[in-house]
Amino acid sequence: MSALALLSDHTLMTVAMGAAVLGVVSGVLGSFAVLRQQSLMGDTLSHAALPGICLGFLWAGSRDMGAILGGALAAGALAALSVMLLTRLTRLKTDAALGAVLSLFFAAGIVLLTLIQRRAGAGQAGLEAFLFGQAAAMLRGDVQVMAGLAAAALGLVWLFWKEFKLVTFDPVFARTLGLPVVALEAALTVMVAVAVVIGLQMVGVVLMAAMIVAPAVAARQWVARLGPMVVLAAVIGMASGVAGAVISALGRGLATGPLVVLAASLAVLVSILLAPGRGVVWEWMTRRAERRALRGRRVLAAMQALAAEHGDPDYPAEQGMLDAYFGSGTAPALSRLAARGAVRRAAHMPGEGAHWVITAEGRAEAEALMAGPGAGEDRGAGEDRVAGRGTGGVGGQEMPGDAGAAKDARPGADEGGSDARGAAR
Amino acid sequence: MFFRRESGSDARLHEPGLALHVEDLTVSYHARPVLWDIDLDVPPGVMAAIVGPNGAGKSTLIKAVLELVPKTAGHVRVFGQPYARTRRRVAYVPQRSSVDWDFPTTALDVVMMGRYGHLGWLRRPGRDTRERAMAALRQMGIDDLAERQISQLSGGQQQRVFLARALVQEADLYLLDEPMAGVDATTERAIVALLQGLRDRGRTVIVVHHDLQTVRRYYDWMVILNVRVIAQGPVAEVHTAANLRRAYGGQIALIETPAEGPAAAG
Repeated sequence: MSALALLSDHTLMTVAMGAAVLGVVSGVLGSFAVLRQQSLMGDTLSHAALPGICLGFLWAGSRDMGAILGGALAAGALAALSVMLLTRLTRLKTDAALGAVLSLFFAAGIVLLTLIQRRAGAGQAGLEAFLFGQAAAMLRGDVQVMAGLAAAALGLVWLFWKEFKLVTFDPVFARTLGLPVVALEAALTVMVAVAVVIGLQMVGVVLMAAMIVAPAVAARQWVARLGPMVVLAAVIGMASGVAGAVISALGRGLATGPLVVLAASLAVLVSILLAPGRGVVWEWMTRRAERRALRGRRVLAAMQALAAEHGDPDYPAEQGMLDAYFGSGTAPALSRLAARGAVRRAAHMPGEGAHWVITAEGRAEAEALMAGPGAGEDRGAGEDRVAGRGTGGVGGQEMPGDAGAAKDARPGADEGGSDARGAAR
Repeated sequence: MFFRRESGSDARLHEPGLALHVEDLTVSYHARPVLWDIDLDVPPGVMAAIVGPNGAGKSTLIKAVLELVPKTAGHVRVFGQPYARTRRRVAYVPQRSSVDWDFPTTALDVVMMGRYGHLGWLRRPGRDTRERAMAALRQMGIDDLAERQISQLSGGQQQRVFLARALVQEADLYLLDEPMAGVDATTERAIVALLQGLRDRGRTVIVVHHDLQTVRRYYDWMVILNVRVIAQGPVAEVHTAANLRRAYGGQIALIETPAEGPAAAG
């Protein structure tokens, strides 16, 4: 199908718009759910929607979307309430409560579903489409309902942004300010249920949880503030939705919902691997650079010590001796040092291995190392650690006067400092 | 009712001369009393330490005052009124571990949260809020970390952020839960200086404190707690070997054995 044909494809446009709406709303609300460490709430709420769908169908006597979505929302709210009551009134922890409620509601839903299918005939009810979604069956009117629900939820988030943010970050402090924390948390949970309802036709109850969690988790990797995170999660959700819809239209017979979820999961994978600051690859590269720098400094210090022992600043140290001293090959560290001019190759006796001489720059660097890592860092060392992720080897400079230095102490940025401390030990 | 402005005077003022008045307070978790029959009075303008062994109910006492845990019995008055009517005059610094420091927000943002109660619903923090928050960060000596993501702060810096958040609340009573736990000596000195400054300006400061060695130097008022109140009053009178032994039993070896003063029994 050509690009032009895609654009004019009515069904695709409907599905893509629906998927985009779903992506935006689940990205925004999922951000709050993930940050409240309630990622599994989406899972429970979506599975819990199934009995609501069935009851809505039974109540209306037909596949009436209003009744079905209303039933799904009510069942989701009931499930959320059950989780809350279970954790408050019993000693059950949240994860156990979420699991228990999920299984109970989903089992009830499956039982109802089989009942309906026996009674009405599978073809007539077609409720099993809600298990995995059936985007192609979506109508313009459905998208309008979805967009209306989404607008209401997003409007609430915009209106009570500050309150939702505080309740998510520090609910106890929020209570001391007089905020109705329970009501705000309930609102956030009910809005997740709304997102689930929006996604029912598209993705279905089984995979909907991924749409709540994935865009938020991906977005968190790239940004360090709530506002940008929510916006980015919405963008990732929307892009996943549209991508899923388009791929599904290109490849005949591929289900849209799972493709949308796959696209969002791909975004998570890429983000977890590559995001600067938090990505696995980024952390690995930072650690490797630090390990190398540390090695270089230790080799330099050893050469300086050798030179001092021999009373000859230009004492040529044999590589084999350094290898023996460090118990492993120093060639990579030496060539890195040579590349930046801290050491140079020296002429050596035939039959012996390579020799290296420390240069003037190298000497200055080694002397700076010997002088200690600096008063400021000595004071910081052994005090409290940076609570951040990543390298962990960053001292906590605390003095107000030192704060300028501390500013650069984010992981990786002060390789030199932490290496120097490592070398000094 | 939330974010409500306090109504003026209340005809039913009870012990208005005290910053904090606690009477017959009992708190239980799962039928086990954590606090039992607490009677406690803290006059305004003092800096008070709450000390006691692990499980003595120190944090619970503060949380009961703030109505964060339900009371089984008793009542609490803050400046003569129930807490719900005086919340705007009270600032709370929770334990640092009570929040997820990986939350995507900046130091400045967290401090501005201290003004949310003053802002009320729907109003967004503006320039005034921002300036107050910056001033508080400056007072804590970390204004250059304002835009730093909070997970990139050291433990001591995080504690300073929490204190700055309490400062912008411009309260009359400050309740702090172990603000010096796990911070370095420099930060501890800065925190003590700040709190003493608040006291010198007439505020009341109540601190859950864990280091008996420093109580005499930092505080002028003291409450020794172990499920019940063991002793309370001016530090010089209360900080006695006998009182501490009653609270801690054999758990501590007392370094100093000050002259046994009259114990102001709770």
